[in-house]
Amino acid sequence: MVMMNSLVIEGIGVQNWTYIIVGLTFTLYIGIAIWSRAGSTKEFYVAGGGVSPLANGMATAADWMSAASFISMAGIISFSGYDGAVYLMGWTGGYVLLALLLAPYLRKFGKFTVPDFIGDRYYSNTARLVGVICALIVSFTYVAGQMRGVGLVFSRFLEVDINTGVIIGMIIVLFYAVLGGMKGVTYTQVAQYCVLIFAFMVPAIFISIQMTGNPIPQLGFGDQLADGSGTYLLDKLDGLSTDLGFSEYTEGSKSLIDVFAITLALMVGTAGLPHVIVRFFTVKRVKDARKSAGIALLLITILYTTAPAVAVFARTNMIETVSNQPYADMPEWFKKWETTGLITFTDKNGDGLIQYVANETENELVVDNDIIVLANPEIAQLPDWVIALVAAGALAAALSTAAGLLLVISASVSHDLIKKIINPKISEKNELIAARLAAVAAVGVAGYFGINPPGFVAATVALAFGLAAASFFPAIILGIFYKKMNKEGAISGMVIGILSMLFYMTKFKFGWFGGGTQADWWFGISPEGFGTVAMALNFIVSIVIMRFTPEPPKAVQDLVENIRIPSNAGEATH
Amino acid sequence: MSKNNAKAYWKENIRYVLILMFIWFIVSFGAGILFKDALNEFKVGGFKVGFWFAQQGSMYVFVLLIFVYVRLMNKLDKKYGYDE
Repeated sequence: MVMMNSLVIEGIGVQNWTYIIVGLTFTLYIGIAIWSRAGSTKEFYVAGGGVSPLANGMATAADWMSAASFISMAGIISFSGYDGAVYLMGWTGGYVLLALLLAPYLRKFGKFTVPDFIGDRYYSNTARLVGVICALIVSFTYVAGQMRGVGLVFSRFLEVDINTGVIIGMIIVLFYAVLGGMKGVTYTQVAQYCVLIFAFMVPAIFISIQMTGNPIPQLGFGDQLADGSGTYLLDKLDGLSTDLGFSEYTEGSKSLIDVFAITLALMVGTAGLPHVIVRFFTVKRVKDARKSAGIALLLITILYTTAPAVAVFARTNMIETVSNQPYADMPEWFKKWETTGLITFTDKNGDGLIQYVANETENELVVDNDIIVLANPEIAQLPDWVIALVAAGALAAALSTAAGLLLVISASVSHDLIKKIINPKISEKNELIAARLAAVAAVGVAGYFGINPPGFVAATVALAFGLAAASFFPAIILGIFYKKMNKEGAISGMVIGILSMLFYMTKFKFGWFGGGTQADWWFGISPEGFGTVAMALNFIVSIVIMRFTPEPPKAVQDLVENIRIPSNAGEATH
Repeated sequence: MSKNNAKAYWKENIRYVLILMFIWFIVSFGAGILFKDALNEFKVGGFKVGFWFAQQGSMYVFVLLIFVYVRLMNKLDKKYGYDE
């Protein structure tokens, strides 16, 4: 503790530290955007195609790790214990699919967007249009969540209104995404990766040392407590959890089939997300695409293996701080988060103590998932600059993902819709203008959803994966590995896949089509896990329809043989 | 490049992919989910083994798998003259 206190410069305070650190990082992002602005459509869509595997790996990692990974994931794991593994395995295992089954071939194919591949491989503008619609649905559901994350961080740490926070975030993203396109976004994401990983690791290491004496969080949460009792931290947490009536932390409570289905849906969804796939169009050679997928996953895994450790530390700390303690004695952070509504306490039995238990009628404390990472440094009494750093990291995570998604949306409109379907004769200069206008419009829509979040935003972010799994993944896999797959099969597969996913999700999440409760789930599979079923349906429909329709033209079959060979990838073209 | 060359290359590639995907499945869906309860009978340090695979081990193996694939494919590209 002596060492930590010496790091605090007296009198600056959390809020000023936050202004300083967030201000510095924003200046950096804007500087990069000006230095790397895009001059051609190629630079705008794929950063000119000459990004090194390391830079692309870092950019992919930042692109991928969103407000959900940085802010919410450790919190979700903290409250769900073993079950949190669905996110850990789901959101990393998808990179194995990307590296082995998708990235090298899509890079060899050498176009700008995912609907481009769908349209050319299935020799049909209908297929392209279905691809565009799927890309827009997936990306918009995802981006709205990011903007809300930006607003949340601003409102808590800089004590501005949530809407002001969203607007500041919009202006920053607008600036570097519209000016820099993929080129600007790539190099900003490299910087954002550094900021976010540093911000995530510093508090985790501090807390790991505090609790277990082990400086490596990944090992620390399986270690003995630092109090010399010889008790393992996880055993202690299992005990605390069962005492309060929760299931054992290391056991979880979801059914096996649902854990299986959600994990697979998230893996496949990750591999089918257009803003992730498009990153692999930016490298020079096929071998660079494979390598940068490896680097990206390595960099992501640093955060993802730390998150479950943070979850265990925070859960233990929190239970010990609040359980059966007098409300009047709660520390400052507790009161501060109460004002944001993310912690609520109702003294049901009027004894002035906080009863935090599994039984809902007796439980008096509700804690939002998102607090765990944001409040963790305060709960562990870390210095002010660490708290400020976490705010900057959360903003980096949300902004980098939002920018990546906005590019997918703008490219879908300007390239796939305008250039490939509506007006093929558009000049390069006008296409670039269209791309920038589309990006501006997309930022506007995303900001609107950030300020007026429809109640289902949080739910739909997780479901975006189901949608991607149900639509793109089978069409791309079959397009590469099944030469005879034709447009009739692929189009019907994508349509049936995404419609069945939308049906199941709206039925059980929003109560459409008669609604239903957990007891009505098909095979006990939750809407989050239904992407697995919808994906299987897509594969089956595609293959059955293909059997009854003409096989693809010779030129297309040759194209498939060509993308299987890694050499002469050439440059990404129109 | 001849057509046979391309076919043989593709066949070897598919074999690597299948082997690596099998390992991918075993560490995550196998050790982390299906056989978690059996593995949880064993402990390494404070970790129950099934829990460790689900929240740590599977991810380390994923990273390794991709780098192994990168190496195998770089060699294969050379062998078939597709190297750049």
